[in-house]
Amino acid sequence: MTTEADRGAPRVSPLYDPKVRGIAYQVVLALVIVFVVYEAATNAIENLRAAKIASGFGFWTVEAGFDINQKLIPFSSTGGSTYGDAFLVGLLNTLIVAAFGIVLATILGFVIGIARLSKNWIIAKLSMVYVEVIRNTPLLLQLLFWYNAVLKPLPDPRNSVSLFGAIFLNNRGVVMPTPIAGPNFDWTWIATLVAIVVWIVLSYVARKQQAATGKRFPANLIGFALFIFLPLIAFWAAGGPLTFEYPKQSRFNLTGGMQIYPEFVALLLGLTIYTAAFIAENVRAGILAVSKGQSEAAHALGLSNGQTLRLIVVPQAMRVIIPPLTSQYLNLTKNSSLAVAIGYPDLVQVFTGTVLNQTGQAVEVIAITMLVYLTISLTTSFFMNIYNSRMALVER
Amino acid sequence: MTIGDNLTPMNSSGAYLGSGDLPERKPPVLSRGAVAWVRENLFSSIPNTIMTLLGFWILWEITPPVLNFLIFDAVWEGSGRDACLESVRNAPVGACWAFVKVRLGYFFYGQYPIDERWRVDTVWLMGTLGVVWLLWPRVPYKNWGSLYFFLIFPIVAFFLLVGTPTFNLQKVPTNLWGGVLVTLVLSTVGIVFSLPLGVLLALGRRSKLPLVRLFSVIFIEFVRGVPLITVLFMANVMLPLFLPDGWRPDSLIRVLVGIALFAAAYMAEIVRGGLQAIGRGQYEGAQSLGLGYWQMMVLIILPQALKIVIPNIVNTFIGLFKDTTLVSIVGIFDFLKTIEASFVDPRWATPVTRATGYAFAAIFYFIFCWGMSQYSQWMERKLATGHKR
Repeated sequence: MTTEADRGAPRVSPLYDPKVRGIAYQVVLALVIVFVVYEAATNAIENLRAAKIASGFGFWTVEAGFDINQKLIPFSSTGGSTYGDAFLVGLLNTLIVAAFGIVLATILGFVIGIARLSKNWIIAKLSMVYVEVIRNTPLLLQLLFWYNAVLKPLPDPRNSVSLFGAIFLNNRGVVMPTPIAGPNFDWTWIATLVAIVVWIVLSYVARKQQAATGKRFPANLIGFALFIFLPLIAFWAAGGPLTFEYPKQSRFNLTGGMQIYPEFVALLLGLTIYTAAFIAENVRAGILAVSKGQSEAAHALGLSNGQTLRLIVVPQAMRVIIPPLTSQYLNLTKNSSLAVAIGYPDLVQVFTGTVLNQTGQAVEVIAITMLVYLTISLTTSFFMNIYNSRMALVER
Repeated sequence: MTIGDNLTPMNSSGAYLGSGDLPERKPPVLSRGAVAWVRENLFSSIPNTIMTLLGFWILWEITPPVLNFLIFDAVWEGSGRDACLESVRNAPVGACWAFVKVRLGYFFYGQYPIDERWRVDTVWLMGTLGVVWLLWPRVPYKNWGSLYFFLIFPIVAFFLLVGTPTFNLQKVPTNLWGGVLVTLVLSTVGIVFSLPLGVLLALGRRSKLPLVRLFSVIFIEFVRGVPLITVLFMANVMLPLFLPDGWRPDSLIRVLVGIALFAAAYMAEIVRGGLQAIGRGQYEGAQSLGLGYWQMMVLIILPQALKIVIPNIVNTFIGLFKDTTLVSIVGIFDFLKTIEASFVDPRWATPVTRATGYAFAAIFYFIFCWGMSQYSQWMERKLATGHKR
C-alpha cells in the first residue's frame, strides 16, 4: 500500500518550499555577515595604517612606563615591567575584588534574604527597604558615593581615625597590622589541610553508613569542630608563632602595617552591597519556592525544626537559588569593571584604559579584555550547566 | 488537673468518653487589635524581641540623620557657597538644595542653548503623552497610540532636538546635549530598539536554520559574557575604525548602538524563556490553521510569550536605565555626569555639595526605577487572566 508520504511530498513551486527558502535565508545571512566583516576588516586596516598605529601583539613585551598602586605581583615604572605585566596586575586585581565581593555579598545577601521572610515585622520591612533602595539606584552612583562622599572626606593620615589602636582609617585607605608568620607557623596550615581532608573522608563515610544502615553520624559537626580546633591546637603547640607589625603614627604619615587602598574599599563595599540586594531576592524566591507541604510532611515524620530546615527545606531551596546565584556572581565580576570610574586598577582601568591610551592598539587591547571576561563567563556557565543537570529533579 | 482525668474508659475497645464538665479556662489573650498585632509580630518570643529592638536601633541610627540631612537641616535658598557653609551659618548644614536649584537647568538640559530649551520641553511633553497613552489601560485608541509613539514621535523628536533648517530650527550638536535629556534619550532609544532586536534574536536562537541559530547564539553569548563598559569602549573606539574614512558617527549615536545591542542580547534570553513556556499545542494549532511562520509568531506565539515575561522585560528596562550611567565613563554628559561635573564649580564648593548631588541623583533614579517596577507589578496583576492554577 502506498501512501502520500511514500510518494514524496506534493510538488510545490521552489519559491514556496520551506527547505529552499531556509537555505536562501541562510545564504543571505552568510553573505551579509561576510560582507560586514570584510568591510570592517579592510576599513580597520586602512584606518590603522593612516593613523600609523602598529598592529599585532608586539606591545605585550614593550616596557610600560607607568606605575600601579595596588599590585599583587612586582610591577614598577622603572623596573622593566611590560604591558603584559600590567595586564596580569589588572587581571589579578579584578579577580581579587571579585573573590572578596562574592564571599561578602553571599553572606550579606543570605542574611537580608532570610530577614525579609522574618516573622518580625520591623526586620522584614527594613530588609525590604534595603533591597528596594539598593536595587533601584545605579551601581555607578553608589560607587561614586562610597568613594567620593564617604571615603575621601576621611581625615588625612596625620589625623587618622584609629580603631582599637591597631586599625587606622584615613583618606588614603585603611591601614591594618601586618601578620608575620614565625618559624613553625607552617604547622598551622598543615593542620588546617588535615582537618579538611578528615572532614571530607568523614562525610563520605557517614553518607555510606547512612545509605547502608540508616544511622546518621554527625560528620559535619565533628568536621567543623576539627576545622576550628585542629589548627588552633597546632598553633598553640608551635608556641603561637605569629606576630603583628602594627602601623605607627609618625609625623606626617603612618609607617608599617598593611595598606588597603580606598579605591579597593569603595569598590568592594559598592559591589557587595549592590549584589547582596539581588542575592537577597534570589534567596527569598528560593525559600518561598519550597512548598509548605514539605515542611509539614517533615514535621509529620517527626523531624525537629532544625532537622526540617537542614534536611528538607535548604536542599530544595538551594536547587532554586544556585543558578541565579551564579549569574549574580558573574554580574559582580563584570560590574567590577566599573572600577575605572573610581580609579581602582582593575583589568579595564589598567589595560583598556592606560595601556590602550599609551599604545593606541584599540583592536587588540579590547579584544583581549573581552576575551578574558568571556572566558570567565563561559567557564562558569559550563560548570553551572553540569551542576544543573546533576541537580535537576529526576522525573518520570 | 489535665483533661485525661475526667475521661473514663467506656467500653472494651478502649474508647474514652467524657464524664462531667471540663474545668474553666482563662479567656484567650487578645487575638486582634493593635496590641495583639504587636505581641504577635514584634514580641512573640525572646529572640523575636531582640530582633525588634535591633530593628528599632537601626531605625534610630538611620532615620534621624537622613531626615535631618534631606529636610530639616537642608538649605533651600541661597546664591553661593556661603549659604551652605556650617561656619557661616553657625548651624548644622544638611543638603544644599540651593545648589541643585541653581544648577537644575544644567542637570536637565546640559548645555543645550537656553533659548532653544522649549524644544526639549516639547519633546518631553510629547513623550509623556505617548507613554501615558500606551501605558494607561483606560485610554482608548491604542493602535493610534502606538503609531504615534513609535513612528510620529521619534521623527518629530529627532528634528526638534537636532534641529532642521527647513523649519528654521537652529542645529544643536549632540555634544551640547546633557543631563536628564541624554539619560532619557539613551534609555528610550535603547528600550525601543532592544525589544524588537531581542525578539528577533530569540526567534533566531530557536530557529530550525542552523546558520541563523549559530549566529544568534554567538551574538547573545558573546554580549552577555562581557561587561557593558567594554561594549561601550568598543563602540566608542573601535566603531570609527571599522567604518570608512568619511563616516564619523556622532559619539552619542555610537554609545546608543552599544547600549541597544547590549540590551538586545539580554532581552533575547528573556523572550526565549517566554517562548519556551508556550506549549507545543499552540504552535501546532497555529500551523493546522494554515498560518505561516511569521503569522504564527506575531499573532499566536509572541503575544502569549511576551505576556508571561513582562516582569522580566521591565526588569531589563530598569537595568538599562541604570546602565545608561556608564556612558559617563566614555565621556557622554548624562544626568550623573552633569552632577559630577558641577562639583568642580568653586562657587559651590562646600563639604555637603557632593552628598547633595548624589542624594538628588539617587532620588531621581529611584523614582524612575521604582515607578517602573511598581507599574509592571500592577500590570502583571491586571493581565493575570486565569493562567494561575
